[in-house]
Amino acid sequence: MSEAIVSEEVGVSEAGANTRMNMIQAINSAMEVMMARDPSVIVMGEDVGYFGGVFRATAGLQAKFGKTRVFDTPITECGIIGVAIGMGAYGLRPVPEIQFADYIYPALDQLVSEAARLRYRSAGQFTAPLTVRSPFGGGIFGGQTHSQSPEGIFTHVSGVKTVIPSTPYDAKGLLIASIEDNDPVIFFEPKRIYNGPFDGHWDRPSKNWSGHAGGEVPEGYYRIELGKAAIVRPGEAVTILAYGTMVHVVQSTVEDMGVDAEIIDLRTLVPLDIETIEASVKKTGRCMVVHEATRTSGFGSELVSLVQERCFYHLEAPVERVTGFDTPYPHSLEWAYFPGPVRIGQALKKLLKD
Amino acid sequence: MTVDARPNLPPLSLHVPEPKFRPGDTVDFAAVEVPPAGAQPRPDTAADPASFHELAYTLVRVLDDAGQAVGPWNPRLTPDTLRQMLRDMALVRAFDERMFRAQRQGKTSFYMKCLGEEAVAVSATHALSRDDMCFPSYRQQGILIARGYALERMMNQIYSNTADELHGKQLPIMYSSREDGFFSISGNLTTQYPQAVGWAMASAAKGDTRIAATWCGEGSTAEGDFHSALTFATVYKAPVIFNIVNNQWAISSFSGFAGAEATTFAARAIGYGIAGLRVDGNDALAVYAATSWAAERARTNQGPTLIEHFTYRAEGHSTSDDPTQYRSAGEPTAWPLGDPVARLKDHLIAIGEWDEERHAAQDRELAELVKVAQKNAEKNGILGHGLHQPLDSLFDGVFEEMPWHLKEQRQQMLDEETASGRPWARKK
Ligand SMILES: Cc1ncc(C[n+]2csc(CCOP(=O)(O)OP(=O)(O)O)c2C)c(N)n1
Ligand SMILES: [Mg+2]
Repeated sequence: MSEAIVSEEVGVSEAGANTRMNMIQAINSAMEVMMARDPSVIVMGEDVGYFGGVFRATAGLQAKFGKTRVFDTPITECGIIGVAIGMGAYGLRPVPEIQFADYIYPALDQLVSEAARLRYRSAGQFTAPLTVRSPFGGGIFGGQTHSQSPEGIFTHVSGVKTVIPSTPYDAKGLLIASIEDNDPVIFFEPKRIYNGPFDGHWDRPSKNWSGHAGGEVPEGYYRIELGKAAIVRPGEAVTILAYGTMVHVVQSTVEDMGVDAEIIDLRTLVPLDIETIEASVKKTGRCMVVHEATRTSGFGSELVSLVQERCFYHLEAPVERVTGFDTPYPHSLEWAYFPGPVRIGQALKKLLKD
Repeated sequence: MTVDARPNLPPLSLHVPEPKFRPGDTVDFAAVEVPPAGAQPRPDTAADPASFHELAYTLVRVLDDAGQAVGPWNPRLTPDTLRQMLRDMALVRAFDERMFRAQRQGKTSFYMKCLGEEAVAVSATHALSRDDMCFPSYRQQGILIARGYALERMMNQIYSNTADELHGKQLPIMYSSREDGFFSISGNLTTQYPQAVGWAMASAAKGDTRIAATWCGEGSTAEGDFHSALTFATVYKAPVIFNIVNNQWAISSFSGFAGAEATTFAARAIGYGIAGLRVDGNDALAVYAATSWAAERARTNQGPTLIEHFTYRAEGHSTSDDPTQYRSAGEPTAWPLGDPVARLKDHLIAIGEWDEERHAAQDRELAELVKVAQKNAEKNGILGHGLHQPLDSLFDGVFEEMPWHLKEQRQQMLDEETASGRPWARKK
């Protein structure tokens, strides 16, 4: 588990005692901690107020902080982000929720043309310190409108940061750092692992976070700096780059196959922790990138380019790319689509062949 | 952050809407204004929308408390049509009940009922021509049922099974049937609104006689697409009917979060210069009358009409929702506009064209019909981790012709299947 980076002025004691949390509770805790520390933090979105969100990530916040700091919104994603930008211009620090990442598209203009460029075009007079939270990814039989992984759309836009946690511990520390960040952050939450890590075997009983080190979370304030990856498993044979749900699928596949892989959980896609990646690939000489999102122009393409630009003479085999297929997310054939243990395993075998 | 409040001015305050009742509250809907049936004028279909703004603020109602059809909006339907509408509505209800249970039994991933809103889709469909084009939201299963679409086919889609005509590609209840004038349902709210306008504009540009109708929930009117649709429709006088199903709730958010504290949804029409009607959505005859009035306007090049159907979502949003978490359990029964099925039944009984025994017998017959359809549909499989859809169909339909990279990926998937040692079904 990575160390919490505790900012100097607060001191270690701020983090408080550890307790068991699932990822939803950790995310909820991050918002609660930040709202208590900073009166400019507000939470808004469809169904986030009284009800506490369709995944319950904002449960209890309205009761605690009141309706002018935690409120339901009209169902208009472009409105939600546009309004959040305006609140940011006033000086608030909005944390809007988009109910599913699949519903973020109506907000694209406000995110891409506005939030992402406000600092640049106004010479810093105005900024958009928003953190847009949104559940993403599949594996829940949600069909094509509750399953997508659109992170590659945002990593392609200059001026927004993209953050994706893989454990409750990371989720809380990264969300706090995102809220404190003065630039717009897209914070995608892998909903398949809200309640427990997922090994990629849909037909095995699901696990919860109680048995995982990442389910142990400080009750108070701590941050995990954006732009810092975590080495979740050190190894010598191959470097595997993953994030979100796929970190766990990769981890269990590697254990099952007995491969001495170094698994890097990117945690922040933009800005990327290139140093950690470069050092690892130069050490192992082999690299595989894994994401659930569709393949063509996915974030994996960027990773492969970076690795070959910087580590070409250390590579002993072409970089492998394991992804979802280039189709809309299917309903009934979800598990044929999902880049599970078989797809990862085959790519690993190919990568380690000679 | 600095607050720059001037001491000589009153501080501003932010208004955040709040519904009248929350869990545990006693419900009293006395504040909901219900004007008497028959009291609302029915303008000529050629009238200027500016001349009947009041119809956007009242409720067009036909069925009175005694079950009689009264006033200028009475569509004067034959008993046979009334009985068919009643049957279709009761069938929708029986179907919903059974499919909700199927989801609870783990036979599929998801289901959405329209309990209490059956009239909105069924009556409107009866008032439209069979070849008019519908762009529904996910809660208008009544359109398909009223157009005679086989229950078994709907169930096949819900189960994503081998006979699913949408090939297991789409979430349950997101039907599509081109031949029945039923546009493919999207999970993304209100996208169908401008699409309906486009279809209607095309029909007008080609000198066709068919019109379009579309539906969305009151919560969905907040989306930008809603407003784009109304702008296009008024600019081009598109032959389209906009239906807003105001069932008071959008998941956990009451209608106030879409603007209902300030005005009605029908009043959205006024700013755009569109004809607007507000209708008792639990009055099957009022829905019928309003729809046929709007259809006549559209067919005579008078342009679009916006109809707010004032109704109530009597159950949860979907199988993923638990409404007791955010609204009073007393709301559904206290709803002052009653149950649309019961009201149409009472009307038929009041005019001597129906009785309780026939109604009970019909309910039994419909329940049996649904049961048999379910049995047949389940022969084609239930949602079982995808094993019922042929594996090699995953890549079909991304494009008309499959490009090289999809062919490669399809081969990869088949190799994975071999490697897994667990063969899946293939296309015949
Ligand atoms: C673009 C988009 N945003 C959010 C959602 C999530 N969502 C699905 S249904 C719904 C509520 C819609 O309420 P309403 O329009 O009143 O229709 P009703 O469900 O009451 O029929 C929401 C927020 C979505 N499907 N699409
Ligand atoms: Mg609604």
